[in-house]
Amino acid sequence: MKPLLFTLRREPDQRLDLSALAPDRLVGRKAAEIEAIEIGTTKVSVKVGDVFKVRLGDPKTVHYEGGSDRFDLLGARLLPGFEIYIEGDVGAQLGREAKGGTITVVGDAGPFAGSGMTGAHIDIHGDAGDFLGGPLAGEIAGMAGGRIVVRGGVGARAGDRLRRGVIVIEGDAGEDLGSRVMAGTIVAIGATEGRVGYLNRRGTIVLGQPRDLGPCYVDCGPHNLTFARMLSRSLAEESRKASRLLAQQLRRYGGDTAALGKGEILTPL
Amino acid sequence: MPQLVRKGIRIDESFAEAFPMSGTGLVITAPTRKWALQAAHTMTGFATSVIGCGCEAGVDYELSPRETPDGRPGVRILLFAMSSKDAEKQLVNRLGQCVLTCPGTAVFSALDGEFQIKVGDAVRQFGDTWQMAKMIDGRRYWRVPVMDGEFLCEAKVGLTKKSVGGGNLLVMGSDWESTMRATEAGVEAIRAVKDAIAPFPGGIVRSGSKVGSKYKGMGASTNDAYCPTLRGVTDSALDEDIGCVLEIVIDGLTDAAVREAMRAGLKAIIALGPKHGAKRIGAGNYGGKLGPFHYHLKDLLP
Repeated sequence: MKPLLFTLRREPDQRLDLSALAPDRLVGRKAAEIEAIEIGTTKVSVKVGDVFKVRLGDPKTVHYEGGSDRFDLLGARLLPGFEIYIEGDVGAQLGREAKGGTITVVGDAGPFAGSGMTGAHIDIHGDAGDFLGGPLAGEIAGMAGGRIVVRGGVGARAGDRLRRGVIVIEGDAGEDLGSRVMAGTIVAIGATEGRVGYLNRRGTIVLGQPRDLGPCYVDCGPHNLTFARMLSRSLAEESRKASRLLAQQLRRYGGDTAALGKGEILTPL
Repeated sequence: MPQLVRKGIRIDESFAEAFPMSGTGLVITAPTRKWALQAAHTMTGFATSVIGCGCEAGVDYELSPRETPDGRPGVRILLFAMSSKDAEKQLVNRLGQCVLTCPGTAVFSALDGEFQIKVGDAVRQFGDTWQMAKMIDGRRYWRVPVMDGEFLCEAKVGLTKKSVGGGNLLVMGSDWESTMRATEAGVEAIRAVKDAIAPFPGGIVRSGSKVGSKYKGMGASTNDAYCPTLRGVTDSALDEDIGCVLEIVIDGLTDAAVREAMRAGLKAIIALGPKHGAKRIGAGNYGGKLGPFHYHLKDLLP
């Protein structure tokens, strides 16, 4: 069956909350019903039909033709078995609290992509904004499962308070990559800035480009790590660059010793 | 006892009587095949019979680096016990003493059973808070720092209550050499069957037992009916041309695996012929009332 298709009519005049278009909630709905769903975020009403042309299909796969950096909360609370594919950019909180499924963005994503998610696979072909996978203000934990692959670069504080899951950044990362991570894994292939792994508790950060990590990370020498080899195999399809990086012998730096200090930064020799 | 004859070997019209068991297993990997096997053999060493060892365990098969989760040579071991609680206790204990200690090893679940045993979740505390958990493809692993690097151990391994223990073959020949030749051929064939093990030394047991004893407090004692040195003085089950009896005991994850293993063993022993091998093959049972699984030799003949 053909995918459910949303074709962008025109750039929206305001930010949109697309969490109402969670695919599991579109099962069995008619096109007219979907077009009547309210997605505006101001006092001016915006309905799906105002922004998109809807072509009915199987909501297991939802296809967006055309995107906008005003598309907030796309794929929020996505459930396992559903797939979202968007040709274009998305706004903030892509895949927020997603429990499963896959989201592919052929474009850039805004801040807080994958925030609080617990199981989805997110693939962003362009860049992602600040706080990739991070928690919103007041939340204790960030991303808690699943996988994010960003082909381009990311903004500041990517992987903030990461708890579980894997984040792969194939491009460059902004300031303070992996700040306050509690566990989980971040792989950054490109250049990094600022305090990498600041206040890292028990997380793993793998850097493609070795750099000075400051005094709070302590060299533990080169090692062949069984888990890295397994992760390398697991990532082979999603990111060959990450897979290749993890297959080598890695130098382990323990830290952040200013915090719990049981995490690590791994770099090639 | 009524008998059939295959290639000159007499086959008793008897059956092996087997019991339900809880079965679990591990895949143990190491940088080299030698150390993977070492860990497997150490862990399954004192595990011949549930009576004295708490469990029955053995090597199922070896895995090439392409077949293991971490790309290193591996060995799959299986462990069987009378209850899932016993299986868990034995597995965790043996893992902690024999595999955690063995250089280079990593441990993975060998089967997806209906139940799960906490394995990594038990040995992780050896890490004294330096241990780290990693989720890879939906499975959780513990990384425990040890003196040669890291011990990687899957958090949970599968356990099935559908296992069967006690499939057996009694191999009877004229002397020790020919009987051993036939029994070894049988064990070799059984090793090739997946999901089944022969837990005794080299897969073979020479001290078959009967229920009960003349002594108080002994639950089992030597099976005098099959002892060749007692042929004249006891109610013997042996014929005049039998001078040695060896037994192969088989445990399997499923009823089908035990059946297949017995079939393979029978085939190999019969193929060897009576001149250099066994003259007669039998099977041990308790009259059929104790165990729900009956494997009739006549149904398994080649």
